[in-house]
Amino acid sequence: MLSFLVIALVTLASAAVAMLLRNLIHSALLLIASWGGIAAFYLWAGAEFVAFAQVLVYVGAISMVVLFAVLLTRRSRADLALAPEALGRAVAALVTGGAVVGVLGGAILSTRFTTAAPAAPPPALTVRDIGLLLMGPHAAALLIVGLLLTVALLGAIVIAAADPAGKEDDVT
Amino acid sequence: MIWSGLSALVLPLAAANPADRSLERLPVVLRDTLTGALPDPWRWLANSVLAIAVTIGVFASLFAVMTLFERKVLGRMQNRPGPNRTGPFGVLQPLADGIKMLTKEDIVPRHADQVLHLLAPIMLLAFSILTLAVIPYGRNLVALELDAALLYFFAAGAATELAVFMAGWASRNKYSLLAAMRALAQMISYELPLLLSVVPTVLLAGTLSLTTIVAQQGTWAWGFMPQWYVFTPWGFAGFAMFMTAAFAEANRAPFDLPEAESELIAGHLTEYSGFKYALFFMAEYFGMFALSGMAVTLFLGGWHAPLPFLQFVPSYAWFGLKLFGLLFFFVWVRATFPRLRMDQLTRFSWKFLVPLCLINVGTAAFWALTAGWTGPLQALRWALAAGLVVVPFVLLGRRLSAGVGPRQYRYA
Repeated sequence: MLSFLVIALVTLASAAVAMLLRNLIHSALLLIASWGGIAAFYLWAGAEFVAFAQVLVYVGAISMVVLFAVLLTRRSRADLALAPEALGRAVAALVTGGAVVGVLGGAILSTRFTTAAPAAPPPALTVRDIGLLLMGPHAAALLIVGLLLTVALLGAIVIAAADPAGKEDDVT
Repeated sequence: MIWSGLSALVLPLAAANPADRSLERLPVVLRDTLTGALPDPWRWLANSVLAIAVTIGVFASLFAVMTLFERKVLGRMQNRPGPNRTGPFGVLQPLADGIKMLTKEDIVPRHADQVLHLLAPIMLLAFSILTLAVIPYGRNLVALELDAALLYFFAAGAATELAVFMAGWASRNKYSLLAAMRALAQMISYELPLLLSVVPTVLLAGTLSLTTIVAQQGTWAWGFMPQWYVFTPWGFAGFAMFMTAAFAEANRAPFDLPEAESELIAGHLTEYSGFKYALFFMAEYFGMFALSGMAVTLFLGGWHAPLPFLQFVPSYAWFGLKLFGLLFFFVWVRATFPRLRMDQLTRFSWKFLVPLCLINVGTAAFWALTAGWTGPLQALRWALAAGLVVVPFVLLGRRLSAGVGPRQYRYA
């Protein structure tokens, strides 16, 4: 229980500090640390495969997308001023966040938590079983997630390459 | 306790089963002699600590030996003696280097990001050491037995990219940042072929557990032909591509662009000095050891002896021998090939290695589907699989190098 509290504290604290910091790179790195915390939580829960996949995908790959996006898109300090469209952005953020909270909340509320010890120990799920499940009953979900990530990657390329001028020296 | 351990060691010097021979069991017996007296939970802890200490100790000494070995071999290949002033034949050179690195001044640029600048080498080394945990070094000699060991290896390896970025960005230096971005581009480009070249092995072995993958390569066809994966068409192609990608992932020549001394003044290492620089250096070598160990495990039969009658040599010695062979190969390649250009490097990965890796996955699927073929069909299976490997290689290579003839040198 103590280890769970420590993991939760580190994960939430790094996520919270990431929102407060002014330095975008520091925020990105803290966000990555928070993803690492989630991986630690999976390990604590005994889901090895998910934990390693989380590290491989988030800490290894998505982090690079985030860092490249930060370094490639922010051309100058003027870009940081968001005043005119702030309302539109706020509404979009609220709608997106609300949708995520709705989906997650629904999932959490509909889950039945059993506090009593189960009569029979749950069957140990090997990586092979997970692979067969992913390729059989859940193949559609896997494909959709792959498509989503590809779209995100293409979007990152479009954002980074959209500006044909790009003659400012103040890249960093 | 010690006595019983020793007698268990001496008696079965030439037992029939190779797993029972005394030299083979030496590491396990030694460990049990050391920690056998402890109560159960403490014993588990002591065993783990011992495994960690031995792994780090062995690889740190290998790192010291390797620096000397590399410089000596490079020297031989370039017709010069190499280091020969410290001790007989220069054998004390690693010691002198270590003392030099420890006593050098540690300089941190004033405008650098102090915390990240300190954290980057530590993180890099920590993740490099983590990758060493899952490799089976011998029979029953694996520090961390996991069902998803292969995934663990690549997950820990992927985090090193982050450390390189931190080093480059925190130095607050144009060269460092530029080189870090180049290093990231390179590592991301080669992460894909590295992972894809391993997929056929997982497909054929049907598991991500490294001990099982090694165990499945432990038989001999007709009593002498080892069933290592490298001796199959897809395995050979996978091994070649894995090693190519490993050179890039470990930032070794000819793919050592991130540290190109002549162009980027050592890249993300520019602002590092003293012991932090040594840590980077160490992490690079640890990465090389881990990737070589993984190549041995996945394709070269792990700790298995090449021939049945050679089993009297203990398994960890075979692993060490194969590992050393691959490390020599790393040095040999470094002395042979010039450094690539950045565009050549990324083009080679995306246009050549990645398509070939994807085709190789198909070859492995074909191999798995035709496992039941016997007699003359077996020959057809080999021919088809070899064709699936060779034909795309030749066609793609011809197409990519079309119009790129031998360079014309004009001397003024």
